[in-house]
Amino acid sequence: MDKELKAENTKPILISRPVEPLKIQTDKLNAWFGNNHVLKDVSLRIKENHVTAIIGPSGCGKSTLIRCMNRMHELVPQAKVSGAVLLDDANVYAKGVDPVSVRRKIGMVFQKPNPFPTMSVYDNVAAGLKLNGERDHARLDRAVKRSLDLAFLWEEVKHELDKSGSSLSGGQQQRLCIARALAVEPEVLLMDEPCSALDPIATAKIEELITNLKDQYTVVIVTHNMQQAARVSDYTAFLYLGQLIEYGETTNLFENPTEELTERYLTGKFG
Amino acid sequence: MIPLASILFEVVRNGATALSVQFLTGTPALVTLPTGNAALAGGIAVSIEGTLVLMGLTAVIAVPIGLLAGVYLAEFGDNRFGRSIRFLNDVLSEFPSIVIGILVYSILVVGLRVGFSAFAGGVALSIIMLPIVTRTTEESIKLVPRSVRDAAMALGIRKWRATISVVLSTARSGVVTGALLSIARISGESAPLLLTIGTSSYFFSGLNQQVDALPVRIFLLSSENYVSGAQQQGWGAALILIVLVLCLNLAVRIATRGKYGAVRSRI
Amino acid sequence: MGIPRFSILATTEEAAPAKRAEDKVSDTFFQKLKGFSSDDLFEFLATSIGSLVLVILIVTSVVLTRGSLAVFGKFGFGFLTGTDWNTSLGSESYGALPYILGTLVTAGIAISVGILISLGIAIFLSEMAPSFLRSPLSQVIELLAAVPSVIYGFWGLFVFRFWVRDYLETPLSTYLGWIPVFHGTATGYDILTAGLVLSIMIIPTVSSVSKETMMAVPSSQREAAYSIGATRWEVVKLGVLRYGRSGIFGAAILGLGRAVGETMAVTMVIGGTPGPYVLPTSLLKGGVTLSSLIATEFGDATGLHLSALFGLGIVLFLFALVINIFARLMVWRVFKVTGGIVE
Repeated sequence: MDKELKAENTKPILISRPVEPLKIQTDKLNAWFGNNHVLKDVSLRIKENHVTAIIGPSGCGKSTLIRCMNRMHELVPQAKVSGAVLLDDANVYAKGVDPVSVRRKIGMVFQKPNPFPTMSVYDNVAAGLKLNGERDHARLDRAVKRSLDLAFLWEEVKHELDKSGSSLSGGQQQRLCIARALAVEPEVLLMDEPCSALDPIATAKIEELITNLKDQYTVVIVTHNMQQAARVSDYTAFLYLGQLIEYGETTNLFENPTEELTERYLTGKFG
Repeated sequence: MIPLASILFEVVRNGATALSVQFLTGTPALVTLPTGNAALAGGIAVSIEGTLVLMGLTAVIAVPIGLLAGVYLAEFGDNRFGRSIRFLNDVLSEFPSIVIGILVYSILVVGLRVGFSAFAGGVALSIIMLPIVTRTTEESIKLVPRSVRDAAMALGIRKWRATISVVLSTARSGVVTGALLSIARISGESAPLLLTIGTSSYFFSGLNQQVDALPVRIFLLSSENYVSGAQQQGWGAALILIVLVLCLNLAVRIATRGKYGAVRSRI
Repeated sequence: MGIPRFSILATTEEAAPAKRAEDKVSDTFFQKLKGFSSDDLFEFLATSIGSLVLVILIVTSVVLTRGSLAVFGKFGFGFLTGTDWNTSLGSESYGALPYILGTLVTAGIAISVGILISLGIAIFLSEMAPSFLRSPLSQVIELLAAVPSVIYGFWGLFVFRFWVRDYLETPLSTYLGWIPVFHGTATGYDILTAGLVLSIMIIPTVSSVSKETMMAVPSSQREAAYSIGATRWEVVKLGVLRYGRSGIFGAAILGLGRAVGETMAVTMVIGGTPGPYVLPTSLLKGGVTLSSLIATEFGDATGLHLSALFGLGIVLFLFALVINIFARLMVWRVFKVTGGIVE
């Protein structure tokens, strides 16, 4: 096992194999809600075209971490960020960067399905494109079909594209949200506990499509369900109280965790 | 309770006797009875049309402005300035309407030489309606759940796009409710119109011309002590006005039964 | 940029020469155009429109001040204390006192009567009514608020006035006519009727704000009162009214503001003509208020006369402003404490 020492006063990140090419890296990322220091010097590497899971007990900062990746964290009043997040070596937080363009490249799916209530299925998926000025109907049609295909939803809704987005079942709505996020062709898809509000069958479907997405996208999935992380991800990061404790290939992390904290979490001693 | 019943009762009873097709469609006309006294024949079609014109004009002016102002308060109004605007907004909404009449008179009728006109009346009513639409819009926008906003922002679209196309569209029924209820309310306003629309017995002939309106006509009829038939016409006009206002109110409240409690309590 | 590179990357990644960090950023992400984006434009636009309210209030004060300069110039503060109202050119003289008092007296009647009734309704709705009645009754009261004021005036003139005359004023005049306040003939076309019509008009506002105040009182207050053995009524008095005091007071002031500003209904039933004789010395006299005088004479007024009306307007403006601000502050304070909906 290679050990890797990082600059100055950060905890060493233990990895089992060189992790490249990297799609996203966070570098000494710190985040605050007001005076609440939620993320502490998190330096994480996400490998391209793989699924990385972020696990940890509730309140450890997992959601905040991914929200910092696509600059959603700063939308909350009194939120602060320091450090860097690199997308392909370009710092997302560099001076003068337009956060809107960051979010186009890094998409997000949320815990509770949130399709736009006043729009049809078609309009929901096309929303990101339309609201950025895309007018060509043919291109919109293609994008909608492609995204719904990727989200494993096309077959179920292809004859009902005009139905309201909120008339779908929970699992379908979440897949709709995934399609909507994919339609703008991001490079990375962040998923914040996407299945926690869904039943096992819907969950299975989504896990299947995640695995399918790997070829074209990089996926980061936050989950409190360890079994899900084990099923779906290639790499797993364990976060505790805002700090990155351990990170490595999923199978290795689960079978041979290096840190004691990790092992205690995995065996259910807390969290 | 009792006064409401009495008002409704009397208006209906007396107003009904005044109703006739001619009344509704005719124009005011003075007739001289054989006894030599003046009597009021004709009808209030002019007033009805005037009221409708003013309602439309006011809506066109006040709704877009109130919408944007409501967006301001909801999206950008969490600082000190926003709080004071919100406060002043509430103050304006309770203002004596006749002072608004003086304002519009000074600036439009005299200052800018528009003269007594439908336009001046529309502006006066818009000023009265504006704070209400602003507040109801703000309340409706605040009702939109955070998740909808998050989803829109995460797609990488501009904040203003997200606000207009997603948030506002989600809030639209609350906004429309507020707008309709406030239109109903200002259709009964009379004081500011007295100072701005002049008097007219003719159909609407242009935005810069004088125009009649139901509330004004009712007021004028009430002071025509020596013209017989005036009181009766007044009841008739009152009936039409009350029907208009109450129906609009009831319709909107029934359609949104149980929803938007915060929005409706503003009116 | 000075971002520390991980040494592992340094050895394995870069085949091409490393670009400067800044170049990488601008290739990948759009830069904000000179630090300015369409979102900023939107915020600017929204803020300007939002500030329109402020502009309107400022312009109103300017307009009123300019308009009344002439009359204040001529009479100084005597305008506020004078009682003449002579419009004939050459001997013009204007004094606002009767109308200031007229406004205050009618509003005073409106509040005293209106508050009692509104409180009764509010207590009933918030403390005693079964919950299935609460909503429909509140709706009915809201409808009362929807009736236009001209119609209140019309009804007041042709119906209510006679009730007041027959059931209130005639007995008052007959038995208590010797009291100065009840001097005069009972016609119903006077200050008393105007005040009563106003009181009816403010009931919806005052009762609904009072009701919300009362409902916002935490039940722990009521429970505390019950637990020391209070009767139903005492619970209301101790637990609810005392706690919600400032909110109810605020509601009353709000009603006052409405009563002061009301024009049409008052004009139609108050029955007085401007001049020194219209000082409100008796309830059974015809009267004139600030707003009713403006409404009746504005259309034809010119010159100094018009300026006098502006003078009335500015007094009215100040009254309304002060009352409204005061009321809102009181209501806000209550709801900040108890956390209910702000009216």
